[in-house]
Amino acid sequence: MTASDILTTDSLSVTFGGVKALAGVSISVRQGEILSIIGPNGAGKTTFFNAVTGAYAPTGGRVFLSGREITDMGPDQVARLGLARSFQNLKPFAEMTLLENVLVGREIHMASGMLAAILRSPAFHRDEAAQKQRARELLSFVGLEQRRDQLARNLTYGERKMLEIARALALEPSVLLLDEPVAGMNPTETGFVMELVQNIRRQGITVVIIEHDMKMVMGISDRIYVLDHGELIAEGLPHEVRANPAVIEAYLGGGTLAPAH
Amino acid sequence: MFLQHLLNGITIGGSYALIALGYTLVYGVLKLINFAHGEIYMIGAYLGFILISLIPAMPPFLQGNVILMMMVVLIVAAAICALYGFYLEKICYRPLRGAPKLTPLISALGASIFLQNFVMISMGAKDQIFPQTIGMKTITLGGVSFTLLQLVIIFSSIALMALIYWFINRTRLGVAIKATSTDPYMASLVGINVDTVISVTFMAGSFLAACAGVMIGLYYGSINFTLGYLGGIKAFTAAVLGGIGNVPGAMVGGFLLGIIEALGAGYFSSEYKDVYAFFILIAVLVFRPAGLLGKGVNERA
Amino acid sequence: MNGRNLRNDLFYYLGILLICAPFLKMHTVYVPLVLLVAWGVRSCAAFAGESRTFSDIRLKTVNTLVAHQTLAVGVILSAALLLPFASSNYLIDVLTSAILYAILATALNITVGLTGVLVLGFIGFYGVGAYTTGILTAKFALCGFWIALPLSGLAAMLCGVLLGIPALRLKGDYLAVVTLGFGEIIRIFLTNLNGLTGGPNGILGIKRPSFGLFTLDHPRDFYWFSLAMLALIVLIVSRLANSRYGRSWVAIRENEMAAGALGINVFRKHLLSFSLSAFFGGIAGSLFAVKQGFISPDSFTFYESVLVLCMVVLGGIGNVIGSVTGALLLIVVPEFLREFSLYRMLVFGAVMIAFMVFRPNGLLGSRMITQEIQDREDDGQ
Repeated sequence: MTASDILTTDSLSVTFGGVKALAGVSISVRQGEILSIIGPNGAGKTTFFNAVTGAYAPTGGRVFLSGREITDMGPDQVARLGLARSFQNLKPFAEMTLLENVLVGREIHMASGMLAAILRSPAFHRDEAAQKQRARELLSFVGLEQRRDQLARNLTYGERKMLEIARALALEPSVLLLDEPVAGMNPTETGFVMELVQNIRRQGITVVIIEHDMKMVMGISDRIYVLDHGELIAEGLPHEVRANPAVIEAYLGGGTLAPAH
Repeated sequence: MFLQHLLNGITIGGSYALIALGYTLVYGVLKLINFAHGEIYMIGAYLGFILISLIPAMPPFLQGNVILMMMVVLIVAAAICALYGFYLEKICYRPLRGAPKLTPLISALGASIFLQNFVMISMGAKDQIFPQTIGMKTITLGGVSFTLLQLVIIFSSIALMALIYWFINRTRLGVAIKATSTDPYMASLVGINVDTVISVTFMAGSFLAACAGVMIGLYYGSINFTLGYLGGIKAFTAAVLGGIGNVPGAMVGGFLLGIIEALGAGYFSSEYKDVYAFFILIAVLVFRPAGLLGKGVNERA
Repeated sequence: MNGRNLRNDLFYYLGILLICAPFLKMHTVYVPLVLLVAWGVRSCAAFAGESRTFSDIRLKTVNTLVAHQTLAVGVILSAALLLPFASSNYLIDVLTSAILYAILATALNITVGLTGVLVLGFIGFYGVGAYTTGILTAKFALCGFWIALPLSGLAAMLCGVLLGIPALRLKGDYLAVVTLGFGEIIRIFLTNLNGLTGGPNGILGIKRPSFGLFTLDHPRDFYWFSLAMLALIVLIVSRLANSRYGRSWVAIRENEMAAGALGINVFRKHLLSFSLSAFFGGIAGSLFAVKQGFISPDSFTFYESVLVLCMVVLGGIGNVIGSVTGALLLIVVPEFLREFSLYRMLVFGAVMIAFMVFRPNGLLGSRMITQEIQDREDDGQ
């Protein structure tokens, strides 16, 4: 582990009832980079996210965030330390407005207490107003500012993905994990997300992406890790990975690597 | 003394298990707690009572044969109760599929209140005394005393459980129920009529509950329209104890609960009889959240 | 009508008749009645399937209310304040009961409605609150009502925390059955701890509270006092619901995993909502004790828990104003049915089913009116 590594795992393993979903994966994510994790379906990519963020208890190995061990922490502690994520199976708060959805992400930055909320003290109003302002900025960052007062259940699939990103950014994380941010999107939308991810990186946030869309992966990644059957089979720069025989082998029978443009 | 309590516990436990099976089966296919199930059990007890009081009007060849007569009573009561289950689902649950999670629960509670009052109005609020028909003579064997009726009850509950086990695992409909509990969507894809499966599940559950009702009525000798509430709650506890949705779990849970209650009442204090069940339940759930026979999960969120 | 429909109808009515037959015995008079009820249920279901008028009316009502919220609150409050002058003592008593249930429903709404945790033994907290007041002010006469009131709330809250710490780690239905067990355990202990609770006979002679020399002996005075408590609690709960606390609760209800990933400690927030709920439940219990003057375990049965839950669902889950409406409906309407005393509960049960089939989202819907108001204010800025 070098000083520039912000998120590292050391032979991380997860076992479900005897099946090894993740078999000793060690990766290191460098400060400020865009890193992609690819692999065939069932390779253990989402399991990896879940184990890193504390949603699953890892059965072996360790996880470090900014040099601090987070292996045994719950999802909320991990989030508070600056590791945010989006979900592959979208999980917006359907019965809340978009603004409220993002405000939930601001929760850890809110200072006013319960008494202030009951008495509606000036401190409470200041806090609420400031956080709402921030939430609106985030919504406009992902292009949803106009719809802030609609319920999240009325959003389209693509919009929900954007909402999830805004919500995760509300945490002001140092690392953002995106689980298939462009799956099911058309090329225009994909282009928008790619630009969005670049902008996020420009704000100093490290981004780790799980994605099947090779145009996106090859287009924006600084480095790529390849998982198969819960094991790391390759890593490197995009063009190195594309040429790697082990990667091509893993994808045979499943999908094939799309040619780079 | 221990054996005596154990035997009493098994007698009651068998009935808990039969009712618990109804909860578990329905929970399996619909992921719904059928809170009106306790009332079905109560109605079963009343149907048994009504049929037994009709015995003097029955043909003489039936009256001569006590065992045959009891079989007839049990089967008729259970069959009518199965219809109750069928209509309960059709009226209170079917229109609410896909509604918010609490909605069917409230309509179940409504059905429960309705059925209770229906029985109270038609049969009166007083306790109804079962005619003492069979096997009331006490037999003492090695310090343990029991009635023939008790033995009949234990054997019938075990036989019924074997029957349901066979039904679930060996018949086409049973396998369809199993498939639907695992994955309703996949089940519908492979051509299983989910509506039929759900109806059959309710009917099977109600059938068992009615048998339990008749047997409990005979065992205690008197029934009341409020019987379904406590019986229902305890059976539900038993189902959760064994891991809800799990068929062998409900059987084990039922017997276990009956035995714990009988031992608790025998060795400590019978006033707190109903408390033991709940304490055990809370303890089991805290240490084994999926129930005794349920599968563990390692998801932390 | 085609043949298939006819067959279905026959099947339906004959089936209903068949299952009712044993209970009707020889009273053929009831057969038309049964058929009438069966027909009613059916047409209700059919109507609910087709009609959109009802939901339109509801939407319009809510919108009008939101548009004139100050006026609406003012009218309702002043009507509530003036009502006792126009009612008999009996009616005031019924209304006071309704207010206490409204407090309970508002309290339960925090867990069931906002946080999405199903609690089936809520009446246990009510019981703990009532008995704390009874024991402190009457049985051992240790202190006055004004000290007993917060202590009742705190005692209930303590029970909530002690139950919540192990139980809130469980999921959905398991948690529901544990709370149900809790309610039963409380009732059984109340019945059997004779030295402390007076056993099945309960506690007698609980005095009404007083302000200095002025005692709230008249039903009307106590009605106003309860109304003030209700208003206070509704205000507190709706303000909490409409702050970071309420948002976290609803987020947990909507998706626990996503809420956790946003840094919300799900367990702590659950515990907070659970203990707050218990606290207000205890306060309601304390008021109940002084209203009745005597308490016994009979007042704290599972049926009461169900009733309160129905109020929450009837009004619209998560809707603070809805809970109050639900409480009023479920307490006051059965009073009007008193003339049919025997059939009252039968009708009540049938109405509950019909209501759920008819309006599964509750009267006012699940979205909080207060929040709709808030959103509008934001737009106005």
